[in-house]
Amino acid sequence: MPESVPGNAVAYNPAMRSSPQSTPQLPPQARPRTLYDKLWDAHVVHTESDGTALIYIDRHLVHEVTSPQAFEGLEINGRKPWRLKSILATSDHNVPTVGRHEGISDAVSRLQVETLDKNIKKFGVGDYFGMNDSRQGIVHVIGPEQGATLPGMTVVCGDSHTSTHGAFAALAFGIGTSEVEHVMATQCLVAKKSKSLLIRVEGKVGGGRRWQPTAKDIVLAIIGKIGTAGGTGYAIEFAGSAIRALSMEGRMTVCNMAIEAGARAGMVAVDDKTIDYLRGRPYAPPAAQFDQASAHWRSLHSDEGAVFDRVVELDATNVMPQVTWGTSPEMVAGIAANVPDPAKETDPVKREAMERALQYMGIDPGTPISQIKIDKVFIGSCTNSRIEDLRAAAGVLRGRHIASNITLAMVVPGSGLVKRQAEAEGLDKVFLAAGFEWRDPGCSMCLGMNDDRLSPGERCASTSNRNFEGRQGAGGRTHLVSPEMAAAAAIAGRFADVRDIL
Amino acid sequence: MEPFRVHTGLMVPLDRANVDTDAIIPKQFLKSIKRTGFGENAFDEWRYMDHGEPGVDNSKRALNPNFALNQPRYKGATILLARKNFGCGSSREHAPWALQQFGFRAIIAPSFADIFYNNCFKNGLLPIVLSELQVDHLFNVVMATSGLRLTIDLERQLVEVPGGEVYQFEVDDSRKQSLLNGWDEIGLTLRHVDKIRAYEQSRAIREPWIFPEQRG
Ligand code: SF4
Repeated sequence: MPESVPGNAVAYNPAMRSSPQSTPQLPPQARPRTLYDKLWDAHVVHTESDGTALIYIDRHLVHEVTSPQAFEGLEINGRKPWRLKSILATSDHNVPTVGRHEGISDAVSRLQVETLDKNIKKFGVGDYFGMNDSRQGIVHVIGPEQGATLPGMTVVCGDSHTSTHGAFAALAFGIGTSEVEHVMATQCLVAKKSKSLLIRVEGKVGGGRRWQPTAKDIVLAIIGKIGTAGGTGYAIEFAGSAIRALSMEGRMTVCNMAIEAGARAGMVAVDDKTIDYLRGRPYAPPAAQFDQASAHWRSLHSDEGAVFDRVVELDATNVMPQVTWGTSPEMVAGIAANVPDPAKETDPVKREAMERALQYMGIDPGTPISQIKIDKVFIGSCTNSRIEDLRAAAGVLRGRHIASNITLAMVVPGSGLVKRQAEAEGLDKVFLAAGFEWRDPGCSMCLGMNDDRLSPGERCASTSNRNFEGRQGAGGRTHLVSPEMAAAAAIAGRFADVRDIL
Repeated sequence: MEPFRVHTGLMVPLDRANVDTDAIIPKQFLKSIKRTGFGENAFDEWRYMDHGEPGVDNSKRALNPNFALNQPRYKGATILLARKNFGCGSSREHAPWALQQFGFRAIIAPSFADIFYNNCFKNGLLPIVLSELQVDHLFNVVMATSGLRLTIDLERQLVEVPGGEVYQFEVDDSRKQSLLNGWDEIGLTLRHVDKIRAYEQSRAIREPWIFPEQRG
């Protein structure tokens, strides 16, 4: 800590504590505001002269990978968590998806999970779904499922896919471990307001056609359009008739991948679906408070005439089932397309990235996407492991079987409760009959910190969110798709147009 | 945190766009519960010929001679020159830890992913945004000049190429001051304890369901 302060007034200069600039400004209510403006304004505790603000954090989700150093930091400095009730914790990244009762065989993974168990006890965190809790699951699946993610909240987690929770008109974003410690110690974060980006997705959904693009197809198409850095520096609001038509699960899938478009936060305004989804969930407001809460939540939308820094429009009617062909989520195409030819790319940096991606992926330019054969299929991850995703995949697989060249097809439900629900609906039987393995919940082969991984050169149709080099295992090749396209690929042994199967 | 004021050091070029945090520090190293020991595994998959795992003696592993960081002319580099969208992907702070522990003090690129950019400041690592043209120019200069050492002056917000250009860069004042002074951000925030409590009280009246622990 500084003993004295520099002459020019600067952020967090203690001399400024009582200066007039440090008084939070009242939100200018008269001006039409975006949803993001409303969420931001409602959480500002303090603003500095350079626009940096201290914002209050309502919900802090914690998992085993990004928390040990934060707990350690608290301990070293003799600090305690500010508000224990804001924390909801689980172990998800390292947990095995088979034979869980035998414990974790990898000693390093085991130590990380045990460290979280210990820290939870030591610091007195009450809300913890440990590895053997029936409610355990991927942190971004269990938050909403428990009603722990509510409209109007700020939600953070040491995990970039925290954007998922924005589907509930929450301001939700990923943070680093130093910030995890900061939130634990102060219940606040130092942040600067992002620019606002409206992505409006219109399109006759359903309009007499049998197939309609899934949430995953829509968000992959958005990323294909604006690029993986297209949302950098922005908070995205997803709006338009096609977004309204999505279920809460679908909206979570879209917001989940906002980070893949470079945006820390993605969000959707509140409507009846939001409120219906939350009613009665364990952590949602009790019945006596629910009406008051939902009346407030209904104000969480962008006002008529609110100004965004940027607007992007997409027509969902033209979106085909999407498949990524490269090592970045923006390297994506419709199932009927061919893999693009880098030679035709004029930007040299892009061309080189495409060449390197195709070399890594082992694909020739111009190959029809539908001729790319696969080895493994992974249905899971915080993008697509909710009950609706499993229903969609099972709908394609019912009465069919995976192709003989598929060495492993697995379903990893997002949480213990999703798994139980799916079993109650008999979906597990459908998957098993089709030749899939039916696993226990966790992150699993989304990033392969546990034993579920690709071997070098193996090619996977995956419902996860990142196709980076080595993401699912060193040398592994990942193609991102929707659950129904993953199911279609499993049946065909190569990518196939789900519209021909349904 | 180690303060950053003026730094002069060797620059190494990493000529790839969209370098993600999985590439900067692969997932198997995230299992550590410590804050240190990541430097040897920075860019593990590109840097070594074989696959790395925690607990392996890295000094016995064969290095990839084609990877810039392994080339003798860049040995001891402390400034990383990169392409656009550097640090995209996961929020893992292990990425700036790995870079900082490798020996880097600053990264220059045309753009950074938001979370990574933010994480750097918490670790005494300065991310500098220059224009595409300026970065292109620096790539040309660093390839053509062996032993190129730049000077970065945070106070004046300048990048200086010896005998050449001087570039101005932007940085938020609060971040700049924290880095110049090596301040502990949590300690700074805790100066606002009264404001945080006052905020909680008014919020609990407006949205009581946020604070279930206050329910009678
Ligand atoms: S499922 Fe994948 S993306 Fe989601 S939190 Fe787990 S590892 Fe991260």
